[in-house]
Amino acid sequence: MKTLLTLLAITLLLLQSGIALFLPKGFYQGTFLLPLLLLSLFAAGYLMSRMTQIADGQSQWAKPCKLAVPALFGLMILLVWEAIVRGFDVPLVLMPAPTQVFVTLGNNLPLLWADFQQTYLKAVVAGYVMGCGLGFITAKLVVRNAFLQKGLLPLGNFMASIPIIGIAPIMVMWFGFDWQSKAAVVVIMTFFPMLINTLAGLRSVDPLHADLMYTYAAGKGQIFFKNQLPQAMPFIFNALKLNSTLALIGAIVAEFFGTPIVGMGFRISAEVGRMNMDMVWATIFVAALAGSLSYGALALLERRVTFWHPSVRSGR
Amino acid sequence: MQAVETLTEITREPRSHRQMIAIDKLSLVFETNDGPVHALSDIDLTIHEGDFVSFIGPSGCGKTTLLRVIADLEQPTGGEIQVGGTSPEDARLNRLYGYVFQAPALFPWRSIASNCALPMEISAQPKTHRNAQIDKYLGMVGLQDFKHKFPWQLSGGMQQRASIARALCLEPELLLMDEPFGALDEITRDHLNMELLKIWKATGKTVVFVTHSIPEAVLLSTHIVVMSPRPGRIVKVIKSPLPRDKTLALRDTQAFTALAAEIRQALATDHQID
Amino acid sequence: MTTLKKLTHKQWFAVLVLVIGIIIIWYIAALVMNGNQMINMLERTGQSWTYTQIFEGAYGIQRPPLPVPHQVAYELYDSIFNNAITSKRSLLYHTQITLNSTLLGFILGSLLGIIIAIGIVHNRTLDTSLMPWVIASQTVPILAIAPIVVVVLGSMNLTGILPKAIISMYLSFFPVVIGMVKGLRSADKLHTELMITYNASTQQMFWKLRWFSAQPYLFASLKIGIAAALVGAIVAELPTGAQGGLGARLLSGSYYGQTVQIWSALVMSALLGWVLITLVGLAERFILLRRGIS
Repeated sequence: MKTLLTLLAITLLLLQSGIALFLPKGFYQGTFLLPLLLLSLFAAGYLMSRMTQIADGQSQWAKPCKLAVPALFGLMILLVWEAIVRGFDVPLVLMPAPTQVFVTLGNNLPLLWADFQQTYLKAVVAGYVMGCGLGFITAKLVVRNAFLQKGLLPLGNFMASIPIIGIAPIMVMWFGFDWQSKAAVVVIMTFFPMLINTLAGLRSVDPLHADLMYTYAAGKGQIFFKNQLPQAMPFIFNALKLNSTLALIGAIVAEFFGTPIVGMGFRISAEVGRMNMDMVWATIFVAALAGSLSYGALALLERRVTFWHPSVRSGR
Repeated sequence: MQAVETLTEITREPRSHRQMIAIDKLSLVFETNDGPVHALSDIDLTIHEGDFVSFIGPSGCGKTTLLRVIADLEQPTGGEIQVGGTSPEDARLNRLYGYVFQAPALFPWRSIASNCALPMEISAQPKTHRNAQIDKYLGMVGLQDFKHKFPWQLSGGMQQRASIARALCLEPELLLMDEPFGALDEITRDHLNMELLKIWKATGKTVVFVTHSIPEAVLLSTHIVVMSPRPGRIVKVIKSPLPRDKTLALRDTQAFTALAAEIRQALATDHQID
Repeated sequence: MTTLKKLTHKQWFAVLVLVIGIIIIWYIAALVMNGNQMINMLERTGQSWTYTQIFEGAYGIQRPPLPVPHQVAYELYDSIFNNAITSKRSLLYHTQITLNSTLLGFILGSLLGIIIAIGIVHNRTLDTSLMPWVIASQTVPILAIAPIVVVVLGSMNLTGILPKAIISMYLSFFPVVIGMVKGLRSADKLHTELMITYNASTQQMFWKLRWFSAQPYLFASLKIGIAAALVGAIVAELPTGAQGGLGARLLSGSYYGQTVQIWSALVMSALLGWVLITLVGLAERFILLRRGIS
């Protein structure tokens, strides 16, 4: 019975995909194909719960199924999107279909690459490195001074609660329209999370470990590199991951405030103005890809460096 | 049977006469919000090379504080102390002692071998020497097969053995141990007590050992220093009549029980805890 | 001397000293930057200048590169108190516009987030299918979608507060889901097992145990959520620019080079953000304190 239902569900989904992709546009107007979409949603739901059951089991299919469920979910979203846009012949200026977005993406690779270079490789990377670096150095300077810490911590919390992105127009005024002003925004956005987290990390040293280093008559540099820094790594990576997202958002949104004729944020606001929605979505896809790959790379690095931390050991 | 010594002198074994630790009228007063706390008051004590001395007493009697003063982890507010003929600070800078804490205090990001290498890296010893020491002392505590494992992969008892091996790697003359087996179950504890005695006999080091377990103190020590709180002071120093070569079977002998009773009596007098 | 030492242990004193330090640096920097601009302008018109002239003028020029605190404060005062709240020149008018979309979006997003989180915790399929996407969304610059939402809804004639609220809702949804899921799962193992021995139903488990264990995590993520909602509302005002709101004010200030206007809008947004988070924090303390959690 189960296998029958599973086969039925898969057939339904394939049918629905075929309809969405290959029928001429407007196939939901004046026909009765819409209920099929609803049915295919149920079918997908059924498949997902079956796969979840397998994923919770012990068989060799458990791991692949665990990955397949969110993948199927994502595909379903795309399918529904494609079906509705093409089925109701939604105008391009309103919402492009996913296939259309990918076609546009393919056709505009050089342009998108130039945007990526401007926003990511220049503004984001430079700002990220400087902001995190400054935050780290400040934390190291301040960690021995309780007075400064007492003042900086509330300031850091305050800065985390305000829309720092508003500083973009001021940076444009000071540093010009080019990527430097966007990098400046990124520096300011990434500085405080790095400072607060590094400080917390350096202070998280087990007093027993501190005493141990003292009994070894270790020098300050030795204490920092052999004890404090490794211990602070989980906190530092926390900030590095958070900052990677903030940096990308900061650079893109800062470009909404003014930029030369290149950049991901510029591309989005310009193409929105010209109602080229497929280009907008293509840019957003590039941005999303950049964001998730950066975060993923940092997460992998974190696993290697902080392999000893309980949260990494037990596999979150 | 019992040789009760005065508070200022301990007769030594016919080996080295050298004084390892000499403490004279030592006191340590903490200033707190509720007024001064006399953690240590008028301590007089001499420990000779090769002795195994236990500090025993209820909480707050200052036994750990006294150990930390010897290690230069605390500074006394009065009196004199000499460790290895110099001040505690010089002893620490010259790495005269190895300290074993209540918890293993191993760095989780280093393997067991790497943890043992830590003090040798800090004192800039060459790599080949480091590796030789690590093999020797991990072998001595029976952990040679776990060199490349990480602390969290070992049990509590094994971690504590690793921490002892680490303290031994610099080959200090003095070993300071703060209730190292306190967190372990009794069976592991018995085993580790015998291991420690073997190491002590093999290396001839001076050991100062803080404990709150009377049987442990009796089994391990050549001298037992009974302390009492408020203010922290020495009540009695007892020289153990038991032979230096000990086995666990010793615990059922009359001499053992008598010594334990003597310690218990010393702990009971002078304050109302019985 | 000991009183000074005791003061250095107090938090408010440290913050005060730091703030005063920042203000001093600010004034000096303004002198340098504004002074340089004055010098450039005077030299371009071939006029000579003296240092005293610069000194006196640096804090009073019309469009300073770096406005000084008292200039910003005056502008704030002026635009708040000297303008009717319905006037487009009043900063309160703009604040209220942004606040409306922020609050609407935040409330909707939080409710949606809580409901989805409850679904994720109680339904395994939702957990495996949806949760990875929620986590992955944190890595994606969602804010970049803001212009699309505004324009698309605008062409469907849905303008005003709705598109902005949707963006705010979208941004505050994710932290609330993640925090709530973590919180619902954070119930003490022993407490959970106790409930099992009482044969408690799923609903009882939720209302009597999990809902309470989740609250500290919920409030932490509500703070993040409301800050995100505010940023969303401000950025959502950028594409259309026209009507009103703090984001629109920032944009128009930057178009017309009105630096004091930019700074006063920025200060207002910062104040708004800080007030909103403090309010959530107060609600948190009130609710958690009554249950004995400090």
